[in-house]
This record gives sequence, structure tokens and C-alpha cells, in this order.
Amino acid sequence: MKKMLAEKTVEVNEEGYLLQFAQWDKDIANAIAVEEKVELIDRHWKAIEWIQNEYKNDSPLSIRGIKNSGTLNIKEFYELFPGGPLKKASKIAGIPKPKSCI
Amino acid sequence: MKNLIILGAGTSGTMMANHLVSKLPKNEWKITIVDQYKTHYYQPGFLFLPFDIYKEKDVKKEGKKFIPKGVTYIQKRIEKIVPEENKVQLENETLSYDVLIVATGSKIAPQETEGMKGPKWHKNIFDFYTYEGALALRNKLRSWKGGKLVIHITEMPIKCPVAPLEFAFLADTYFRKKGMRDNVEITYVTPLSGAFTKPKATAALHYLLEEKGIKELIDFNIDRVDYENNKIIDYGDIAVDYDLLVTTPTNMGDDLIKRSGMGDALNFIPTNKATLQSLANENIFVIGDASNIPASKAGSVAHFEAEVLTENIQNYIKGKELKEEFDGHANCFIETGNGKALLIDFNYEQEPVRGNFPFPVVGPLSLLKESKLNHLGKLAFRWIYWNMLIKGISIPFVTAKMTKKGKYITN
Ligand SMILES: Cc1cc2nc3c(=O)[nH]c(=O)nc-3n(C[C@H](O)[C@H](O)[C@H](O)COP(=O)(O)OP(=O)(O)OC[C@H]3O[C@@H](n4cnc5c(N)ncnc54)[C@H](O)[C@@H]3O)c2cc1C
Repeated sequence: MKKMLAEKTVEVNEEGYLLQFAQWDKDIANAIAVEEKVELIDRHWKAIEWIQNEYKNDSPLSIRGIKNSGTLNIKEFYELFPGGPLKKASKIAGIPKPKSCI
Repeated sequence: MKNLIILGAGTSGTMMANHLVSKLPKNEWKITIVDQYKTHYYQPGFLFLPFDIYKEKDVKKEGKKFIPKGVTYIQKRIEKIVPEENKVQLENETLSYDVLIVATGSKIAPQETEGMKGPKWHKNIFDFYTYEGALALRNKLRSWKGGKLVIHITEMPIKCPVAPLEFAFLADTYFRKKGMRDNVEITYVTPLSGAFTKPKATAALHYLLEEKGIKELIDFNIDRVDYENNKIIDYGDIAVDYDLLVTTPTNMGDDLIKRSGMGDALNFIPTNKATLQSLANENIFVIGDASNIPASKAGSVAHFEAEVLTENIQNYIKGKELKEEFDGHANCFIETGNGKALLIDFNYEQEPVRGNFPFPVVGPLSLLKESKLNHLGKLAFRWIYWNMLIKGISIPFVTAKMTKKGKYITN
């Protein structure tokens, strides 16, 4: 479905995750962050950049990945995206929600 | 003579031995398969052991019986692969290969989580992903008086990702039958955003949890087990109390992969998801749970992979281009308790939907919907496994490439 974010029309799924990563930009990230009640500061952008790189390398976002990343620490990640950090961070970074098989 | 070596004689390795023995010219190729154990376990049966539905003998047989004549079977521990030299080091001998198939699977790694494999391991903290764990849990359940049962997944990926949920459903039926359901509180704790995460499956199946009174706690990423106080605690400091913890620990590839420097952080081997060739070495192929491809780690997936890999091994040997054929096809029965089960069919692209299987419209098995027939299908899978699947006999009407016929696909 279509949705207006930061005065742009983007394609999202039922839960508001972007369907095309190409449509992502920083304004859109900010707009999603507002909906998720997260205020993006420098440390968030670092996290988002790391998450997007992982996504481009086809490696699914995971707590272990974050632990081993050297860029982020888990406690900090939880503070940055309180309540469901993987989901929130994925949504703001414009990548699909972490999922299982069904 | 050239050498093709298969590492691991589990579901995938055994299938490949059976497929390839008739495909490779006997006067040119010698096929060898290596495994550390004498016993081949039927792992899907571990789900039923704790509830006294299966007995020990149902889930184990001598592995060698399933290796065809014409394939050399070596029962030894594999120490290391040396890809630069095309060699494999075993306990006390070294083999050279021209083509290598890695099928060493994945196994639980409870030591990855603080406090899990401590003094309470197999006392009131259990796994059912190993033969030993499933049996220990069976013995515990036989005399357990009730309390808080927490069924938990540590982190993804795990093999047969729905097994913990099936465990929850079967536990509900088990305690009901024993007349003690009221004394047991069942909570399902997952790092994912739901017991079901795909929209169609969630819509079709969420009622199961409600109907059975199973509580769901989502987005829980475990930090440690506080075994002294019987709590699991996540990185956000949420704590869950248990009397009996049935956890699925981190799943990892064998240490051998790490020793060989061939794996990712979880010892899974980076592999081309369509051809099954390893990314680092063109004469090494990976099948089953040992690879890092984004398909489910399941026997049924390995079965579909085996068909594609058999072709690609022949292509590789003849110097032909590899086929990019594997589409992530998975096909699983899911036990829902009370003698019923679901069937799901999906691949890399297509999420599970409703419909009929294997024949459009007539089925007889229904997709994404509970039925008694599906349950019989799941039980029949054991027979199919021992008698057809690992012997490489193709299962009628079920093809490696997923079909979209007979499915209600709206997107
Ligand atoms: C509880 C449970 C329920 C399941 N339910 C289902 C289901 O309903 N449907 C389904 O399709 N799948 C199911 N599965 C998954 C299925 O069992 C696996 O996906 C399948 O067995 C994978 O096959 P594999 O050959 O890759 O690995 P495995 O069958 O695990 O074989 C790996 C082999 O490699 C050997 N090996 C490893 N390292 C070494 C070494 N260093 N030296 C020597 N040998 C070594 C091991 O001994 C083993 O025999 C379930 C699994 C579990 C645990």
C-alpha cells in the first residue's frame, strides 16, 4: 500500500515496513522514527548505517550480529530502540522485518 | 580414479550418497562418506519422544544400512578440511578429494548462553533437539507435578523453526490427557515478533495459541539464564520465571567448520543459494543444515536441495555451467495437538498460503489449515524418511521446484 512519509509517497506493507529499500532516505527515517517515538541522534545513525550494510550483504539482522559487530553494543542498542529493538531499528532503516518461516 | 567425498552421513549426506552412486561413472569416480557415529537419528522424531508418542527404537537405526553398495563408509571423526590442498583430515588419516560435499549439519550450542548449560542442565532446563535431551525430558515429564512451563527459542536460525511451537501444542494435549492441564501454565517465548511472523500464517493460525491457552512473549532476546532463581532474562532486563524450561539453544555448524576457517559467526558455510556451491571454493558444495542459505533448516529442504545438487555435481564434473535451480522450497507438517496437523509449503519468494497439496483442488492434504489427515501425513513422514527419503527414492508428485497451482495466492 502507499503511504505519505516526509511529503513523499512510499510503498509499505501492512505494518509500515518499506517495501523498496531504494525509496528510503533520511527524512523518511525521521518520519518513521517519530511514529515509533524514537528521536534520532548521532548514535542512531551509526546503528542504522551498520544495519543497512548488513542487509546489503544478505546477512539477517540478529542480536548476535550486533554483539560481534564491534560498532554497537547490545545494551546501547536496547537503549536506542526501546521495546522491540530489532523490529524498530529495521523499520527505521527501511529494511524488512526479521522473520521466521511462517 | 577421482575422489568425491561426502562429509556427514545424516539426512543430506546419506541422500547424496544414494543419488550419486548411480550417476557417477564407477570406473572414474570413487565415492566416500564419513561420519563420526554409528547411529543415524531420525531427528523429527525427537519432538515426539518427550511425550511418549515415539519410543527410542523409532528414532534410531544403524547408519551404514542406508549407505549404498559402491560407496565407501568411514566411521571417524572429521578434524579439518584443508581447501587449499583439497584434503580432509580425519582422526588418524588424511583423504584427498577432487570434489567435496559438506553435509555436517547443525547442532545445539547451549554453552553460548550464560547459565544455560550449568548445574541445572537436564535437571529443570532441557532441550529436545538432541536424543539425550529428548529422553531426559521424557523422564522428567513422566513425574512432573506441574507449574510454569516455559518453551523458549534462544536465537535464529534454528533447524525446523516450528518445532518449539509444535512442542507447545503437543504439551497442551499431553497435560490435558493426563488431567493436569490446570496445573500447568504454558508460555511460549520467542526472539521473533510473534509465534507466527508471516502475515498470512498469523491470520490463519493465531487462534491456535488462544484456543489452547498458551501465552506468547515476543521480542525476547535472552541474555542469560539465572538458574539459581529459575528465571530467563533478556537484554532489556525482562525476566520470565519458570519451573521447567524447555529451550532451543543457539544452533551452530560443527566446530570442524570453524577449525577449517570456512564458516560465518555461527559456523555455517557461505554458499550460493541457487547452486549450492560454496562461495570460497569451486570444488566444495554444501547441502542441508551446514550452509548459510536463507532457507529453512529442514529435512524436506535438504531433500529438494539433493535433487538440484545431484545435477550440479554432474554439471561441475563435466565442466558445464551450474544450474541456478534451488528456490528455497520447504514443505513441512506442523503438529497442532489433538491428533491434528497443518501442512505448509513455501520458498524464498512465496510465503505459506492456503490451498491443497500435492494436487490442486483435490489435495488430499490441505495447506495452512488444521486436519487429521495432515497429522497422519506427519506420522507417515517417519516411514517415508527411513524408506524413501534418505535412500534417494523420489517422493511421487512432490517436486524440487515449488508449484503455485492449487494455492490461493493473492499477491
Ligand atoms: C526436534 C527436531 C524436529 C525436526 N522436525 C523436522 C520435520 O518435521 N521435518 C523436517 O523436514 N525436518 C525436521 N527437522 C530437521 C532435520 O532433522 C534436519 O534439517 C536434517 O536432519 C538436516 O540434515 P543434515 O544432513 O544437513 O544434517 P544431520 O542430519 O544433522 O547430519 C549431520 C551429520 O554430520 C555428522 N558430523 C558432523 N560433524 C562431524 C564431524 N566433525 N565428524 C564426523 N561427522 C560429523 C553428524 O554426526 C551427523 O550424522 C527436525 C529437527 C529437530 C532437531
